[in-house]
Amino acid sequence: MSAIYILWLRELKRYSRSRAQILASLGQPLLYLLVLGFGLGPVFQRAGQGSYLQFVAPGVIGMSVLFTSIFSGIGLLWDRQFGFLKETLVAPVPRLHIMIGRTLGGASVAMLQGLLILVVCLIAGFRPSNPALLPIGIGVMALVAIVFAALGTAIGSTLQNMQGFQLVMNFLVMPIFFLSGALFPLDGLPAALAVITRLDPLTYGIDGLRGTLIGMTHFGVVSDIGVLAVVASAFMVLGAYSFSRIQV
Amino acid sequence: MIHVENLMKTYGEVKAVNGVSFDVTAGEIFAFLGPNGAGKTTTIQMLTTLVRPDSGRIEIDGLDPRTRPHDVRRRFGIVFQDPSLDGELTAYENMELHGVLYHVPRRTRHERIERLLGIFELWDRRDTYVKKFSGGMKRRLEIARGLLHTPRILFLDEPTLGLDPQSRNQLWTQVKHLNETEQVTVFLTTHYMDEADRVAHRIAIIDHGRIVARGSSAELKAQTGTDSLEGAFLKLTGSTIRDERADAADQLRQMAKMWRR
Repeated sequence: MSAIYILWLRELKRYSRSRAQILASLGQPLLYLLVLGFGLGPVFQRAGQGSYLQFVAPGVIGMSVLFTSIFSGIGLLWDRQFGFLKETLVAPVPRLHIMIGRTLGGASVAMLQGLLILVVCLIAGFRPSNPALLPIGIGVMALVAIVFAALGTAIGSTLQNMQGFQLVMNFLVMPIFFLSGALFPLDGLPAALAVITRLDPLTYGIDGLRGTLIGMTHFGVVSDIGVLAVVASAFMVLGAYSFSRIQV
Repeated sequence: MIHVENLMKTYGEVKAVNGVSFDVTAGEIFAFLGPNGAGKTTTIQMLTTLVRPDSGRIEIDGLDPRTRPHDVRRRFGIVFQDPSLDGELTAYENMELHGVLYHVPRRTRHERIERLLGIFELWDRRDTYVKKFSGGMKRRLEIARGLLHTPRILFLDEPTLGLDPQSRNQLWTQVKHLNETEQVTVFLTTHYMDEADRVAHRIAIIDHGRIVARGSSAELKAQTGTDSLEGAFLKLTGSTIRDERADAADQLRQMAKMWRR
């Protein structure tokens, strides 16, 4: 258990020390929030959907959690490159503990990042409809973080070098984000798109965040949490399996 | 301390290690020499539970790495060919992380970190981020880290690669000192023959996956009728350069590795 703790702690230390990176990571969400929030706001309002800033803020929070958690998993590649991975793999500790430690560490970092973006949203004028539901919203964030940290670990274990990274970025991470309904409502979508969005785990995360933060949900917060919990368990198993097959 | 019998490992067509046998006795410094691609690193990987041998027997302190990997891992420390530190952590944190992974009790952990960082002249720099360390300091930290859990055996895979003569000299002085004071058995590989000559009690030379000679430095010189270990080494392994072939094979391996099934 102490191995899980020390590797979790390592991820947090690394995060808290990368100040420049934290600052840089605020750029993209801010862009979405301000440019889309204020740019598309009038159109959205005219369509009778209310404030776009209110609508897009949970999406932007979900996006930050997605990016941070999946990249922390893929950070395995860096550890491989810089050799640190070997130090952990040759230690007298079950690999499963190593995988759990770093995946939970990555998920915790992603949650912190999500909270940071929530604060940014509040500053930009976002107002949660029912602050009492905020703890549940944070729980949803935690689940999203675990889902994608585990997926990132699975990818990072399989990928052997940086060339594959762009591939993952363009064909996996960006589609997961754009198809999640982070930027648009899920009602009245064309049938094909409706099916695809339902296959995207992030969809349930964003929906759960909207349900708790602005009281607007497509599937219902309880089923969102149910789906996320199942996917999180499945991806943890997948991540553990891929990690167990890493060769030094 | 280390017993190896008829060890074999094949990668595709290449017999990386082809029937290697040797013994390393407790407390000695054993040098494992050979040209690039001779099978040194593969042998170390098999001894240290990282690669499974195709056939043959290995005993590390009487234990089989295949059946009891965790017990074996607790008994050795290793310094890999490539660095394996976390540059974003301080020297002390790197040591601490290692201590936790190797179940060194909290009380002894701090004492031992202080002692080892002291020996390797890094105690004053304990709170510096490792990414700011020089190559020599990183190597010393890795050796200190490898010794933290009081292993019976220390594996050093080309530990002085890329270091200046001063750092190399200092490093070997410290390793010799620890070999004597802590009775730790040392298994090392290096391309610098003068180092092996200076520190190793016994030497084995491997080429094309087979051991071609073994003995003390003096014995190897006598055996080949040369007056330096370097001369003996060249006589035993020939003077053709192996780099090119190894590099092409490495490149292929890299390409094949990009996506592993």
